[in-house]
Amino acid sequence: MVCKGFSRCDLISYLTKCLFLFILALSSGMIVASALIIWKMLMCVTGSESPVVVVLSGSMEPGFKRGDILFLHMSRDPIRAGEIVVYNIDGRDIPIVHRVIQVHERKDTGEVDILTKGDNNDEDDISFYAPGQRWLQRHHIMGRAVGFLPYVGWATIIMSENPLIKYILTGALGLLVIA
Amino acid sequence: MHSFLYRANALLTFSITILALMCAMASVSDNFNSPSPTSEVQVLNINWFQKKPDGDDEVSLTLNISANLQSLFTWNTKQVFVFLAAEYKTPKNALNQVSLWDGIIPSKEHAKFGIHITNKYRFIDQGSNLRGKDFNLTLHWHVMPKTGKMFADKIVMSGYRLPKAYR
Repeated sequence: MVCKGFSRCDLISYLTKCLFLFILALSSGMIVASALIIWKMLMCVTGSESPVVVVLSGSMEPGFKRGDILFLHMSRDPIRAGEIVVYNIDGRDIPIVHRVIQVHERKDTGEVDILTKGDNNDEDDISFYAPGQRWLQRHHIMGRAVGFLPYVGWATIIMSENPLIKYILTGALGLLVIA
Repeated sequence: MHSFLYRANALLTFSITILALMCAMASVSDNFNSPSPTSEVQVLNINWFQKKPDGDDEVSLTLNISANLQSLFTWNTKQVFVFLAAEYKTPKNALNQVSLWDGIIPSKEHAKFGIHITNKYRFIDQGSNLRGKDFNLTLHWHVMPKTGKMFADKIVMSGYRLPKAYR
């Protein structure tokens, strides 16, 4: 076809470019959306605000090492000694994964007082709690660990400690979408 | 379409899928194990028994714990966490669980043991209810897998009683 000036040919190539960009945006959106869907689904299924946590310290070794992933579950079942719970102290950002070693459950209200300890620590957790706090209550507990996957959490640890790697990976992923 | 990156991506996705599937299968295979652990605990001595200045009762025990947990171990078992808890009721609390001793069993060879110890963690009540108290000693275990679902169970041993007077 011979084209002169702004013709059908130009229009077609312009539309093709538009379409290409549109598909690109769509597939990037799909990746973000499906990640979000998986995360929200896990939240629904497990009933926990953060269904997956990465172990950051060695306080539960040799059971859980740094970089391992724990799956959490939050149910109405009463908390019992021996369970591994994730708790958050008021005024502290980082949740802690430790084992319950003492439980005192009220007869009338069903409220619980819980004491925790890391398997690899010599002392119980009272020193981690807020000043003057002796026990954890139900509302401190974010979930209990039910499943375990080794090593996978290293990806997040590396990425959060070296932002450069995060940008390189995101860039590579972007290239993959275009390719 | 079939660029280097595209092929690398496909290979990576495939290997991760296979790995995830193998992890899931290893975890599922744990369900075919039906363990039959045994345990026996004796309270050999009440070392001392007193009311602390803040009003809570505290007791120190000497225990003899023997158990055989070898049947808990499968090829997907990393370790077994075992602990002995005193469990009792008080007028205020429907349940009190106080861990007295715990241990980590790294392998099947160490899963048959007999030990003679004083309580590793302090046995303190919330209040002053321990005199003449009947309590259970429960051996709990939590099986930590190499990957997958964690298992837990227990053996309840009843018929223990604390003395009627402080000593």
